Amino acid sequence: MLLLQIDTALIIEKVILISVILMGSLGIAMYATWGERKVSAVMQDRIGPNRAGPFGLLQPLADGLKLFFKEEIIPDRSTGFIFVLGPCLAMLTALMTSAVVPWGPDYITESGRVISFQVADINIGILFVFGAVSLGVYGVMLGGWASNNKFSLLSSIRAASQAISYELAMGISLIALLMLTGTLSLREIVSQQHGFWNDGYFSWNFFKQPIGFIIFLTCSFAELCRAPFDLPECDSELNMGYHQEYSSMKLGFYLFAEYINMFISSAIIVTLFFGGYNFPFMDSVQHATLAHPILFTIICILVLLTKIICMILFFMFVRWTLPRFRYDQLMKLGWRSLIPLALVNMLITGVLILWVFKK
Amino acid sequence: MQKLTNRAVQIDRSPMTFGERVYLPSLAKGLGITLGHIFKKKATTRYPEEKRPFSPVFRGLHILNRDENGAERCTACGLCALACPAEAITMEAAERKPGEEHLYREEKYAAKYEINMLRCIFCGYCEEACPKDAIYLTETIMPANYTRASFIYKKEDLLIPDKKQGSK
Repeated sequence: MLLLQIDTALIIEKVILISVILMGSLGIAMYATWGERKVSAVMQDRIGPNRAGPFGLLQPLADGLKLFFKEEIIPDRSTGFIFVLGPCLAMLTALMTSAVVPWGPDYITESGRVISFQVADINIGILFVFGAVSLGVYGVMLGGWASNNKFSLLSSIRAASQAISYELAMGISLIALLMLTGTLSLREIVSQQHGFWNDGYFSWNFFKQPIGFIIFLTCSFAELCRAPFDLPECDSELNMGYHQEYSSMKLGFYLFAEYINMFISSAIIVTLFFGGYNFPFMDSVQHATLAHPILFTIICILVLLTKIICMILFFMFVRWTLPRFRYDQLMKLGWRSLIPLALVNMLITGVLILWVFKK
Repeated sequence: MQKLTNRAVQIDRSPMTFGERVYLPSLAKGLGITLGHIFKKKATTRYPEEKRPFSPVFRGLHILNRDENGAERCTACGLCALACPAEAITMEAAERKPGEEHLYREEKYAAKYEINMLRCIFCGYCEEACPKDAIYLTETIMPANYTRASFIYKKEDLLIPDKKQGSK
């Protein structure tokens, strides 16, 4: 009964990893709210939060505390259970996606044990991400519907239709990438992008699939419901969006889930297109740190985090630059521009692979 | 037609070119503009720590002045109340008793003098109208408060402290 043996060390390892990732994504989401306010401030020639702690660094804590102490209101005519379920689902699905992201290269201990910095290396990593992201719409949809408020409902319907429309283009743009990589496992995709320069060409997928990257990026903006595609919460039309009836920490969960989603989708974009934890001259760095392999692992993780933070900053950057699209413009862009473009990109990639590179 | 400023720009209403419809070049341009703003000087004044300099003609909270001997200058003539466009000033006059010469400069003085700061528009007409140089607008900003009653400033609130009495 070898198969049924339970590897206790593995379980402990994974539990630690999961809790670190959960806490990490919560922490990064917390400071993303601070970062967003700072970024918006400096772009508008302001200073931003600077009262709570140095540079306002305690501001997220103060905000969180405030949300905790707010009165919890459940509207009389709402559907109670689903009303509570909505934010929970949003948070759950936001946190679920981080399971398949490879956070660093394998670390081999002196006793020969391989510690993987990925919660689950499933061979359909990207499909899992897509599935979890699509589930995220349920949180919004249920919350909006259970609020029994027409603005909430309208907003959640918008969110759902927007997510569905853009998932299509997103999926097709990824197919072109997957034709190149030949695998759905995020771990293998990252290891294929080893280093920066490989066989006379850039190894990162961004340089192989620039159009695919642009489509994917645009679609992730739409999936995240962030400006310029923040139609589900456009204040000028829908008051506040699907979380209008929410208060206290339930509202906090919705807002928080959004930032966690941003973090995770930045992680996915970096993993897919910018080589994950790979960086230029990583072989020589690995050689230099051979005596302390843990050092190399830490450098890799830090590189990945830096890339993710840059991506998050880019997300914020775009949000505070572009005006919101109109709803018909959004749909037109999705169905009549991005999907055909993604299809053409897929076709060209296929032709190139089949006849030019003869893989 | 004559232009009002030299900043007027003729709007181009011709259909968008392909480059414009692709949206990415203009997106990059917009991102460049916002990026440039990061390095610009911030317009914020961190208020309690640093205060914006006032212009020399700034008109803030009122004071009632005293003369060089520490006697109140106001004679309750009512010209300020008359000049006030917001009707914020009310006063009651009283006659100076013998032995009060050190308190009031002339035979008539204001027993009650109130300015409703919620009505006041800080135009400074009272200051202009006063023949006795009694009322002045200072550089102090009107402080915020919680109740309506606290915005009605009594004579005691307005009168500047007597230097001579302070030194005693």
